Amino acid sequence: MSSRIELHDVGQTFLVRGDDDRRLREFVALDALSLDIRAGEFLTLVGPSGCGKSTVLDLIAGLTQPSSGTLRVDGRPISGPGLDRSVVFQQYTLLPWRTAQANIEFALEAKGGLGKAERAERARTYLGLVGLANFANRYPHELSGGMKQRVAIARSLSYQPEVLLMDEPFGALDAQTRERLQEELVSIWERTGTTVVFITHDIEEAVFLGQRVAVMSARPGRIREVIEIELDRRPAADHDLRATTAFAAYRHRIWSLLREQHVAPQEVAHVA
Amino acid sequence: MSPSLLAERTAGRLNPRQEQAARAKGVSPGRTRAVAIARGVAGVVVLALVWELLPIVGVFDRYFIPPLHEVLQALADLATSGELARHLRASLVRSGSGFLLATAAAIPLGAAIAWYRPVREFVQPVLEVFRNTAALALLPVFTLILGIGEASKIAIITYACFFPILLSTIAGVATVDPQLLRSARVLGLSPAATFRKVVFPAAVPTIFTGIRISGAASILVLIAAEMVGAKAGLGFLIMYANFNFLIPKMYAAILVTSLLGLAVNYGLVGLERRFSRWRA
Ligand SMILES: Nc1ncnc2c1ncn2[C@@H]1O[C@H](COP(=O)(O)OP(=O)(O)OP(=O)(O)O)[C@@H](O)[C@H]1O
Ligand SMILES: [Mg+2]
Repeated sequence: MSSRIELHDVGQTFLVRGDDDRRLREFVALDALSLDIRAGEFLTLVGPSGCGKSTVLDLIAGLTQPSSGTLRVDGRPISGPGLDRSVVFQQYTLLPWRTAQANIEFALEAKGGLGKAERAERARTYLGLVGLANFANRYPHELSGGMKQRVAIARSLSYQPEVLLMDEPFGALDAQTRERLQEELVSIWERTGTTVVFITHDIEEAVFLGQRVAVMSARPGRIREVIEIELDRRPAADHDLRATTAFAAYRHRIWSLLREQHVAPQEVAHVA
Repeated sequence: MSPSLLAERTAGRLNPRQEQAARAKGVSPGRTRAVAIARGVAGVVVLALVWELLPIVGVFDRYFIPPLHEVLQALADLATSGELARHLRASLVRSGSGFLLATAAAIPLGAAIAWYRPVREFVQPVLEVFRNTAALALLPVFTLILGIGEASKIAIITYACFFPILLSTIAGVATVDPQLLRSARVLGLSPAATFRKVVFPAAVPTIFTGIRISGAASILVLIAAEMVGAKAGLGFLIMYANFNFLIPKMYAAILVTSLLGLAVNYGLVGLERRFSRWRA
């Protein structure tokens, strides 16, 4: 199961206090952002820090409403959160009074339809998937940052949503764990056909995971370009996708796109 | 480093290997604990000795502050005659029912107030006024309305216990980590389920600070209320012994009062631990 997501001319403004005076003013975080996410696709979203990636995610999740424009899932306007879309937040959000396992069960309780034993069983399965089978009875404060994030990922996957929204989920992980989870995520995606929207600021990660990479620009946040990634992803033991020239070419292209944005404001400052 | 608070609180936790090494050196956690307890006991023993000896050597007037053994003798007499049990029971019923009534009313009410922001903003100033009105200042009002029987005593204890729990519940519920609420919303939890599974558990530690304050208040107000008008209870016993110049008996009653306070506090701390084992 999977869903198509359409963002059309989406704008989002926040009220913030000015730097020099204390008056409220509007801050345009997103402006006329349009993006069409196909059903079942794996889309990665890259952009500089503060460009509005998390803001886009909140909108798709239904946690906030846009100031202008429309968002639709399978043609229906998004009016609020729903169990069809699951979110892995940038900050891990485990319930500190529940163990790793009970945190996953929490999501399954919310979804309903499973007995107590089935929930426990399912929770253990997904903990195993993220390599935490032996940490089922640990409380969040007894887990490292990366482990907490893995529990959060397991929790999002556990109730098998149609859309998986992930906000820099692997940011806190070491390179090895990160690569393992990336591969695991791709294989889960291939098996389930879930639509995945994956935010990252790591270009390699974006190219490795995404069928398409949407590159955002900042101030105001917009989609600058959407790049179709065509790589030979057939799994093979000695096949290092990241080392291929095609991969490097994609990486460089996105790097240049992001770099241009970085340089541009400085040039403006020189002229002024 | 010297064993100051700063060094103690900032020391990293030992990893299993370090723990092993420490055990090999003979500083097991159990031993550290035993030392801590021994120090605490020593402190109490010193206090007892001071109480025993100062009146005997004549620093205090022995009549007004009798040495500890006379007080303990009076306490033993109270206990064997059954008098102590009678007074203790009267006191426990009063502060217990006042405390429980207050808890049962304050937690749901506080949660409701915190849940609805307009309600919270409406009642907050009023609550501040009530909280800062010393319960004992209202004792005459309670006796005026409810007479000098049990009702007025239980009512004033309830009153004194009510506001700390109410205010801490409001604070606890209103300051739940918004990120947790966001994940509850994403999971499509109903408001009732969100409250039960997320908001309330998150607020429990804060609520407990109020409960502990109320525990102490329940004893304080109890004694005062019993001193003013009662035929039984620890407060009554203290006053009665005082008026009849049964000074050791008076001190025995005071001692029981402080032990009761201690027991209440430790009981509540233990309860709090049970409910917040998940905290670091
Ligand atoms: N609730 C809010 N109130 C005011 N401004 C906000 C709010 N949320 C976000 N912003 C602003 O909107 C912009 C985009 O924020 P957002 O969190 O979406 O960035 P991001 O792309 O996710 O950045 P990062 O990669 O650092 O996580 C930022 O400039 C931020 O300051
Ligand atoms: Mg972000």
